[in-house]
Amino acid sequence: MAKTVLTVDDSASMRQLVKLTLGGAGYTVVEATDGADGLDRARSAAVDLVVTDLNMPRMDGISLIKELRKLPSYKGVPILLLTTESDDDRKKEARAAGATGWITKPFNQDQLLGVVRKVLGS
Amino acid sequence: MNSPDPGEIFRTEAQELLEQLEQALLDLETAPEDGELISSAFRALHTLKGSGAMFGFDAAARFAHGLENAFDLVRKGKVAASGALIGVALSAKDHLRLLIERPEEASSDESARILANLAKTIGAAGTAETAAATDEGADGATQGETSSATYRIQIRFPEDVMDNGTNPLLLIGELQDLGTCTVSPLTERVPPLDDIKPSACYVGWDVVLTTEKPRSAIEEVFIFVLDDMDLRVEKVEETSKRLGEILVERGDTPPDAVLTALSNQQRLGEILVKDGAASKERVASALAEQRHLTAAAAQAPQKAQPLQDSIKVPAERLDNLMDRVGELVIAQARLREIATASQDLALKVVAEEIERLASELRDNTMGIRMVPIGSLFGRFRRLVRDLSRELGKKVQLFTSGEETELDKTMIERLNDPMIHLIRNCIDHGLERPDVRTQAGKLQEGRVELSAVHSGAQVIISIKDDGKGLDRTRIRARAEEMGYLAPGAKVTDNELFQVIFQPGFSTSREVTNVSGRGVGMDVVKRTIEGLRGAIEINSTEGHGTEITLKLPLTLAIIDGLLVRVGLGRYVIPLSMVEECVELTPEQNLRAKNRNFLSIRGELVPFLRLRDMFNVTADAEPFPKVVIVSAGDLRVGLLVDQVIGDHQTVIKTLTKLHADVETFSGATILGDGSVALILDIDHLIDFGRAQEERLKAS
Repeated sequence: MAKTVLTVDDSASMRQLVKLTLGGAGYTVVEATDGADGLDRARSAAVDLVVTDLNMPRMDGISLIKELRKLPSYKGVPILLLTTESDDDRKKEARAAGATGWITKPFNQDQLLGVVRKVLGS
Repeated sequence: MNSPDPGEIFRTEAQELLEQLEQALLDLETAPEDGELISSAFRALHTLKGSGAMFGFDAAARFAHGLENAFDLVRKGKVAASGALIGVALSAKDHLRLLIERPEEASSDESARILANLAKTIGAAGTAETAAATDEGADGATQGETSSATYRIQIRFPEDVMDNGTNPLLLIGELQDLGTCTVSPLTERVPPLDDIKPSACYVGWDVVLTTEKPRSAIEEVFIFVLDDMDLRVEKVEETSKRLGEILVERGDTPPDAVLTALSNQQRLGEILVKDGAASKERVASALAEQRHLTAAAAQAPQKAQPLQDSIKVPAERLDNLMDRVGELVIAQARLREIATASQDLALKVVAEEIERLASELRDNTMGIRMVPIGSLFGRFRRLVRDLSRELGKKVQLFTSGEETELDKTMIERLNDPMIHLIRNCIDHGLERPDVRTQAGKLQEGRVELSAVHSGAQVIISIKDDGKGLDRTRIRARAEEMGYLAPGAKVTDNELFQVIFQPGFSTSREVTNVSGRGVGMDVVKRTIEGLRGAIEINSTEGHGTEITLKLPLTLAIIDGLLVRVGLGRYVIPLSMVEECVELTPEQNLRAKNRNFLSIRGELVPFLRLRDMFNVTADAEPFPKVVIVSAGDLRVGLLVDQVIGDHQTVIKTLTKLHADVETFSGATILGDGSVALILDIDHLIDFGRAQEERLKAS
């Protein structure tokens, strides 16, 4: 069974990139445009991995992670955060909120796939 | 697929960013001190760099990085936004646009010239940074360590590590991929069953790893959890002498004195455990490390002389040995027959002993002939590389299950068909890089070779992520060549089997590599000659998987001997799932349908008596032997199940080669011949019967 990845990002081109990369590698990709939308989608579908941006309107990445970890079905689900290189403090904050790991922007398709395989297994 | 080209998404975004940059630069000319304008230029460059790298515009990203560094200095107030700097930056912006929109026209000399110019303009303050950007590509690649080192890695996770979605086992698996690894789990923190929280991680791991990768690669594995966990990585020396060795070397003690002393000594680990100085588990972990180090040390000199403790024997001699073992097994079957009929207890005992020895000898002899399939896979690396160059496609080859062993003869004979299948994969299956990008796939195509044991079979799969088989074209061509009736309903598998017809090709043009329609029929014949089967699975747009199922050996198998009428037949034991009795009521009920309910599932069965036109009296309680291949199950109705039988396979003569129900013959203990049933064929037959019944 193909694993399902939820990509949460307010930038359409970023979602597109995640979708192209992971879709091409055989994952099913579900898109959400911000944290609140992401939470709705996560509630309504079984997701194996969440890849979320940090800065988004309505609900940011860290709040989304906190909300997701409150749901029993998302207790052990890996969540990856997209951040920029200088965000060391935010990384710590994200870990504390329950993020599994992060992907530093900019990344290329192979790097994204590498991290996804790292947390999901291949 | 209708997803847009990712390169195009970036180009659209870049256009806006370049305009933002140009606007900021032009405004800066009149207001060089405006911090907001400088930030705006910096942000545009920063995003161009980042997105450029993500969408594969590496030259543009590197160039933007050089510019960004310059503007970082301006932003920090180290360099003034002079007219000269803005002039250079504007020409740099034009060059950047060229790098993004028509990269083939942009020269790297020009990039270097502009960056040098930029460095000159901002003076000494920025030289280091911008220069670093130009030769970034060369850096980093040269830092790899080539010699291997051994590390002791102690891994202790916090108990709640899995709450964050981290899977410790995946991380351990990643470590194992780095090199040779000895993993010892430490379970001392695991509480009694009642107190266990299922989502907590109580286990720690001690790992000894010999790797060519640098130490940082080990820490990289744990990057996400590094701050929360306790990770210790220490380098350990691969050889260390023990006291006894040193004393003997110096001539201070004779060797046997050391040995005697040692034999009286209690093992250190046992002493420590007894004294409570170390837990049993910790000692076991330390011993595992010692074994790993010894093995690693032994590995090193072995690299120079790998053939030291192996001998080369002509394959012919092995074939001869195998033949003799085959004869022995047949003679042993005769002995068993005699012993069973006899009352002599001593004879029975010897007969049993001989049976056990013959069976061991058989396994050992077959073991000698087994070679890991990795040697075959290894040959294809070069093939894939050459083909990908020749055809202008980017291909990456992945292999797994290299350690799977297969009969040597089989490996030799698999070489040509595999080459053919891999060629087809790359030539017909994988698309050109530009087509792949448009289809939303990674530019680099994947070809995966894998091998795995499944019962007495080896399953080899050749898988690509290319465009898949074109059903319409295959169908059209098949109808044109008369292999299929126009409009006939066929399953995918049946349709794909047409590919194996002689002279079949849908390729519009013949390339150097393939497309002449010669070969797939030969592939199929070779595989069937090895008593194997070939299957094709394909999803349009996602790729094709070709599966070869091969028997482990060509010589001797374990069989189940059954009787139908007066004849005896052998069913390969590896395919037998179970034997059940058919009661007269069931028999009557299934008279015309030939279906049997096995634990709620309907299984079609074949009446072998009817198939073989047996006239002898039928048993009142016939047996059904359920055989399976993959997820297909079929029952075979026989008169009697006699028992297991070591079956030496003799091929049928050419005259009988077309008889599909039998795959070979064997000689029984009493000298008579039993035919070996071709289960794959019978299963197909049973399924066809099922289809007919369902249709009617």
